[in-house]
Amino acid sequence: MAAIAFKPGTYRDDFTFRNSEEAIRHFPFPFDKDSYMYAVNIEQHMPGPKKSATEFPIDVDEHYVAEMADRAMVLKEDPLRCQSQPHMITAEWDLLELLMSSMARDYPEHFALLRDGDRWHWINRPLGIEHRFTFGDTTTLPYGPMEYITRQCQGDFCLLDQRNDNLWMDAGIVTTQADWSLDFNLGMDFMEWHGPVPLAHDLGVFDRALKFLLNLQQGRPVRRLNWTMTVNPRLDTSPENYHKWGKDRASVTPENVGEKVHLRVELQALWRLPRSNAIVFSIRAYLIAMREVVTVPKWGRRLHRVLESLPPELVDYKGLTRYRDYTVAYLADYDDGAPTSPGFGPD
Amino acid sequence: MLVSDIKSRPVYQGLRFDPKARRHLVAADDEGAIAVEALAGEGGDTFARNATVLYTGRDDGRARIEALKTDAVYVTPTVPTLLTRLDVILAAAGMTDRLYVAGDEGFIGQVVALGMRHGIDHVSIRTEHRGSLQRRVQCVHCKGITEGVTTSIATCAHCGLHLIVRDHYSRRLAAFMGVCADAEEPGVLPPVEEIFK
Amino acid sequence: MSGGVEIRVRVAEAEPVADGIKRLRLVPVDGGHLPVFSGGSHIVVSMQDGERRIRNSYSLMGSPRDTAGYEITVLKTPESRGGSIYIHEHAKVGLELTISYPLNLFPAAHRARKHLLLAGGIGITPFIPIMAELDEAGATFELHYAMRSAKLGAYADRLAERYGRRVRLYRSDQGQRIPVGDLLSNQKLGTHLYVCGPERMIEGVVLAARAAGWPGENVHLERFVAPPGGDPFKARLARSNIEVEVGPHTTLLEAVEAAGVDAAYLCRGGVCGQCETDVIACDGTLVHNDHFLTEAEHKAGKKLMICVSRFKGRELVLDL
Ligand code: FES
Repeated sequence: MAAIAFKPGTYRDDFTFRNSEEAIRHFPFPFDKDSYMYAVNIEQHMPGPKKSATEFPIDVDEHYVAEMADRAMVLKEDPLRCQSQPHMITAEWDLLELLMSSMARDYPEHFALLRDGDRWHWINRPLGIEHRFTFGDTTTLPYGPMEYITRQCQGDFCLLDQRNDNLWMDAGIVTTQADWSLDFNLGMDFMEWHGPVPLAHDLGVFDRALKFLLNLQQGRPVRRLNWTMTVNPRLDTSPENYHKWGKDRASVTPENVGEKVHLRVELQALWRLPRSNAIVFSIRAYLIAMREVVTVPKWGRRLHRVLESLPPELVDYKGLTRYRDYTVAYLADYDDGAPTSPGFGPD
Repeated sequence: MLVSDIKSRPVYQGLRFDPKARRHLVAADDEGAIAVEALAGEGGDTFARNATVLYTGRDDGRARIEALKTDAVYVTPTVPTLLTRLDVILAAAGMTDRLYVAGDEGFIGQVVALGMRHGIDHVSIRTEHRGSLQRRVQCVHCKGITEGVTTSIATCAHCGLHLIVRDHYSRRLAAFMGVCADAEEPGVLPPVEEIFK
Repeated sequence: MSGGVEIRVRVAEAEPVADGIKRLRLVPVDGGHLPVFSGGSHIVVSMQDGERRIRNSYSLMGSPRDTAGYEITVLKTPESRGGSIYIHEHAKVGLELTISYPLNLFPAAHRARKHLLLAGGIGITPFIPIMAELDEAGATFELHYAMRSAKLGAYADRLAERYGRRVRLYRSDQGQRIPVGDLLSNQKLGTHLYVCGPERMIEGVVLAARAAGWPGENVHLERFVAPPGGDPFKARLARSNIEVEVGPHTTLLEAVEAAGVDAAYLCRGGVCGQCETDVIACDGTLVHNDHFLTEAEHKAGKKLMICVSRFKGRELVLDL
């Protein structure tokens, strides 16, 4: 497989982040119909089509280096974005194993993992890291195992302890989130951390999802897509920094919609971890500008229809109130009313 | 009983007496004392002989607590001094001891968080909400806690931002979340209403 | 495949441990590694006994770090449903079997400050890897292990030798009993209690814990039941439009599978909830043997856990 050409780009200040044509085709477009409502849209995390975001369990793409640089900046400003309760240490090692072995197996030209019993040798070429350590011995790593590996892997990660027939968010690293706070949610159970989500509780979505996840099996990871929208390609839309990025939402005009407004899709995956019996919940955010969305005609039409028919509770919860109408108007130019084919992919 | 549709807010079940527990450790503030009175009524002599009550607050509550003639009573001048005392008591406590707490939400939250730090499952702690609905609020930006918030918008006692109080509660922090109220248009605030009385 | 991913294994060791107790070591047929597991996990072992496919759950008892093979202990029980007898009679070195991925319904509470483990007889098995884990993590634990006689105390000596004073043995033929009441009365906050053994012992410990004032959150039971037999009965599967007959020693789930209907399962012991089935019509009594549904759900009679529960009466129609 060809090596990935990592692109420069920033997720703050001058916002130089752009998707290449290949990255647009790689984008996990989340709508398979012309309208949207919550559902327990969980499916097996099986390998998807070649070059898609789900080709491998852990997706590494052209934004890898830029995204890791942004994560390092977020953590420097606010170390509370990465926290782990002491009983989660085994789950941290499980996570390190999952990520290192997946990345090395699926992207051998960029990563390598050599294991000799407990003595591991990790090579990360894009970030220029080479390290030998003892699996299970935290003193042989410069950070805790979770922080060490997730500073080298795209996506946010939460480690969920399972007890009393519930899942508890007892550790995580969260720097690319859609307006929720790890520091605030740490220690919550499944229903509690989903508390602010409107409508879905009454639909019984979370009860069914929890029941399903409590029996999640090793070797059978699952995934789902979630989405929202973000003004500017900003990964860190945290509540912590809301007083800094909130004004972005008021900066959208009919002229700059295509450039500024981004569809933000989260590819969420869950694995049962072997040693700890915990679950890792990974949330990988993908950003695509409206201008880029409409290069795929089916996506342009469909997103227009989804946004137009979105229930008001969701418009509010997803923070779209100020710029939904501009966005709908922009997309209307790309919706000729032609029928769209079922499924996610381009026609 | 406080009925709420905030999913992350604890359900305060009321102080039911646990006849099997060997010792009853009770923390109460102001109106929490009324709940403790009822608990003592339910538990009778067994309760009085085996109860340690920690109280902080107004004198009428203090009188109620002292009238119960429980094995031990500690009246403290403030919530933090109550927590300091309880911390030491819990360090020596065992699995057959039961923790109860009654009072306003912020007080309950702090006692539950302390109990959890001693290894008690939060479900095992018996709680009853009494008194004001004022909220303890954590500023998500500077992480400072502002006590006794009664209004929809409050000023962070630490960093001074205007915070809107979200209906989202953290047991670990014993606080609701406060988020900058005028981030999108600085200086433009929604009307302030007194809603948590 | 309704039970999840399956692995082909071969019996590498089959060793009698005590009277009617056999230890098996299973290694992957393809020579690779088995998944790492957490202490308290079990696997479902599938055996082909002539026409009959038997699937039984067993706790994993080897070291959780040993991925070259899994170890299980099988007690020969007089219940003639098959599994244990099949293993005692046929499981020789070289026999091939199919196993599921490990599933943990009896994990250690990771936040506990101390773990108090109570085992009775063959109930020792899940504790063996749990103790290995706790020991490696430097956690505080104590095992109290009751057996009928020294001969029936599987692995007792080995454990006593490895963990020293942290292991206490009780032989009922010498009148020794685990002093449950005393043990429970002076434990510090944050202690978690675990019990695995005969149903009677579990009930006894639960009652003792309640009497001592322990909160239920700190008491963990391995509730796994071997599916009990009973009177034969018939059930109609509405969606497949067939009728199955359930013999005295088979389960409803087995009968459904034998009829070629794919039903979901994971634990086959009435704990995980995966086999929950809607009851469409019932003229008779449902015999609930599971530990998953609530008492109210048992009374309502709208759901049945078909891996362990049965039926007495005229007609049962299931949504399968
Ligand atoms: S298969 Fe687990 S309860 Fe029936």
